[in-house]
Amino acid sequence: MWLASKIKQVLMVAKPGVVTLKYPFAPHPAPENYRGAPHWDHTKCVGCAGCANHCPARTILVRDLCQEIRVLLYDGARCTYCGRCAEVCPEKAITMTPRFEQATSDRNDITESLELFMLTCGRCGRCYDMEKTNAIDKLGLTGYRYDSLEARTVLRRATDTFQPKELDRTERYERPETTGD
Amino acid sequence: MLAKIARKCFPRSLWVYHCNSGACNGCDIEILNILTPYYDVERFGIKLVGSPRHADVMLLSGAVTRPTLPLVRKAYAAMPGPKLVFGVGSCAAGGGCWFDTYNVSGGGAKAVPVDYIIPGCPPRPEAIIFGVALALGLVDKKAAPVEMKQVEFPIDMYERNKAWEERNVIYKVLNT
Repeated sequence: MWLASKIKQVLMVAKPGVVTLKYPFAPHPAPENYRGAPHWDHTKCVGCAGCANHCPARTILVRDLCQEIRVLLYDGARCTYCGRCAEVCPEKAITMTPRFEQATSDRNDITESLELFMLTCGRCGRCYDMEKTNAIDKLGLTGYRYDSLEARTVLRRATDTFQPKELDRTERYERPETTGD
Repeated sequence: MLAKIARKCFPRSLWVYHCNSGACNGCDIEILNILTPYYDVERFGIKLVGSPRHADVMLLSGAVTRPTLPLVRKAYAAMPGPKLVFGVGSCAAGGGCWFDTYNVSGGGAKAVPVDYIIPGCPPRPEAIIFGVALALGLVDKKAAPVEMKQVEFPIDMYERNKAWEERNVIYKVLNT
């Protein structure tokens, strides 16, 4: 009697089979519409920095090396894959890839950096503000600046070299170093 | 030889201590999910233990908040070496949305040395298994830094830089 119940139990257990995934040895792709790591298409990106403005984790940083070159840095360590950058991108340059195997021992492995060329506006001389510009400086720089020679002197021009000072000036974008204690 | 075979056949089991340092329980649910029969991590010898004194690995989830910071450091100090720390989720990996908030220390790396980070909010159970398998040496790393440049530069900054650097060469040529 007890043997029959045991055999029945074994049959019951054997019926569903093995449900465990063989994941690390066999691939198990993410479902469709899964939002994984974002990916930038550098041919489409216009450098508007809308993704940087909309990122809740502020993990997309934009800094200007000089007037022509703008660098976009994406640090995937604190990215929550919310997809707001892909939503807000006017050129649809950002796609949320289904990549989720982003585990790494080095934080630098999940970064993405783009070097973008920025055109100079023929009317105002500058299409975008420097990060450190305050309101008073902005007032002096608005309008038809090429009209007067006086205004030309305050116009920022492109630097001839990559200036490390320009990088140092953007300390606003550094990661905070203070700990909580 | 025998030692090598023995090390291959009987690898170390990772005993995992799950440390929640102010997480929203999303990552914690996924960590518990990988212990279920569907994603069975006990086949790698991974076991969830209740005390850091028994553990080899700390699964740190959550941006380390100010009240939990000394406790996380104490739990890390209580673990016997050699020890590993996994930052599970975007909060523990880099601080998440709270990386510079006043009451958050800004990620697990600010409290304890984090060896492996698993970003995601929350990471998929497969992603956590991938991270653990990466630490065990079962799989290869798949992430790599991406660096891209727009090639159609109307003004080639690099050539301009080169011209600026070589601006005095002409005088050298003239003098000789």
